[in-house]
Amino acid sequence: MSGFFEVLFSPDVPFIRNALFAGILSSVLFGILGSIVTVKRIAGLAGAISHAVLGGIGIALYLSATGIVPNFSPIVGAVIFALLSAFLIGAVSLKSKQREDTVIQAIWAIGMSIGVLFMAKTPGYTNPSSYLFGNILLISSCNLILLAILDVIVLFLAWRFYPQLEATSFDEEFAAVRGIPTQAVFLIILAVTAVAVVLLQTFVGIVMVIAMLTLPAGTAGYTARNLASMMLLSTLYSFLFSAGGLVVGWSLDLPVGAVVVVLAGLVFLGYATVAVLRKKRSSRDPSSS
Amino acid sequence: MIEKSPIALQFTDVSFAYPTLQILENASFHFHQGEFIALVGPNGSGKTTLLKLILGLEEAQKGTITLMGGRVKAMRPVIGYVPQHATYDPSFPISVIEVVMMGLVDSTRRLKKQEIRNKAVEALKQVELEDLVDRPYSQLSGGQRRRVLVARALVSNPKMLILDEPTANMDKESEARLYSTLERLKGNTTILIVTHDTRFVSDLTDRVFCVDVQHEGSAGRTVVQHALENIEGEYQKRVRHDVEIPADFCAYPREMPS
Repeated sequence: MSGFFEVLFSPDVPFIRNALFAGILSSVLFGILGSIVTVKRIAGLAGAISHAVLGGIGIALYLSATGIVPNFSPIVGAVIFALLSAFLIGAVSLKSKQREDTVIQAIWAIGMSIGVLFMAKTPGYTNPSSYLFGNILLISSCNLILLAILDVIVLFLAWRFYPQLEATSFDEEFAAVRGIPTQAVFLIILAVTAVAVVLLQTFVGIVMVIAMLTLPAGTAGYTARNLASMMLLSTLYSFLFSAGGLVVGWSLDLPVGAVVVVLAGLVFLGYATVAVLRKKRSSRDPSSS
Repeated sequence: MIEKSPIALQFTDVSFAYPTLQILENASFHFHQGEFIALVGPNGSGKTTLLKLILGLEEAQKGTITLMGGRVKAMRPVIGYVPQHATYDPSFPISVIEVVMMGLVDSTRRLKKQEIRNKAVEALKQVELEDLVDRPYSQLSGGQRRRVLVARALVSNPKMLILDEPTANMDKESEARLYSTLERLKGNTTILIVTHDTRFVSDLTDRVFCVDVQHEGSAGRTVVQHALENIEGEYQKRVRHDVEIPADFCAYPREMPS
């Protein structure tokens, strides 16, 4: 482990520092957006958006490599695809509930397939797995700046509109009666989550972004007293899992994204097991309640 | 005299249909401020749709709806709404006081927290739950949760209180406490209770409307008013489905139409 800290402060190995900064900045997004996604029960929607993003990355890589659109950044392609899929999924979820499942699965699968197809036809070597599972070598200073900007935007929105967010998440019908534009709030949450997913996938990858949007928030949900404390706790857990995953992954030469998610999953399962055991015990012993 | 007080809610020839299903057709009725009204109808009769129209969550395709003399959406702030909240998620982390404070949430603005909290505590006193201010909402019984939702509706000091199936899955004690709260409000606040029990309503009820009648040649249902009958020694009134009163006739029970 001492080797990790030597590398962390070495001026010759900037990517480890970038990865740690990415972990810190990602924690804010995982904590706040993850809590909202969890209490609003839209993890499936966020999962579909995160996977569809590969389509945008594949198209951008192809257009850039073939010279059709020179220097077309994969992140720009991913953001365009993420926003398109977010609005499509949002519209279907609001207007055609009975088709929601089918459309979400279709966007999930078609987005990924388009990505794989375009990457296959992109000149030169393109490895989809670095996008699917994340690669700390891919984290650039530009990524960090974008993550920091999004952190500030999300923190401001969560603080400024906290009462409206809490009301729409707890009881959407009542919130609508109070005049809150619940459909607009829902679409904005999906859009911000979509952009966040694109920036976060560099750290843990497309496949595992959704795990980090749900596991730390789910763990925080066991002890949080309200949505605000769930966001705070979830941010803290996300940071601990990210930093822990980075140290373990680097020390044992394992993929960092996968280690982060395994750590988050183990802690979540631990909390879930304790909660189930406590519930069983209190149902056996009514005097304890 | 209630019938001399201004009209609280008025439906005039209102029709509403979903793309493949006509729900309401030419529904006309009204009631006055301060009245205690029961809106009854079996499941699937269109009560929920009618409720959504009153709350401005759906818009009528034909006819007009006025609430306290204005358009429904503009007058929504004067409504206190107590939903069934049947899809409540017990894992949602929230305390009793935070649920009640939600009753003062503005569409976009952030209000002063301490001011809202004080009002929320007052509302909890009205439903006799002031001892549970900081208790997690998920730890309450079903009846207590419903009373918290009543407090959430009352915190904005509404002119009209709308309760959707308020006593569903409620224990007798909570039901009695709820009705004692409503009794204190009766007269000052217009109260509309929506229920699927078409036989009995609370003895506080002034008038009862039924959403279940399909006139000949109509695809949708309409609203009619039925007579009420006191039951000796009971806290309930029987709905007389055999005695139909014009829906827009509001002098009942003091004066029956000739």
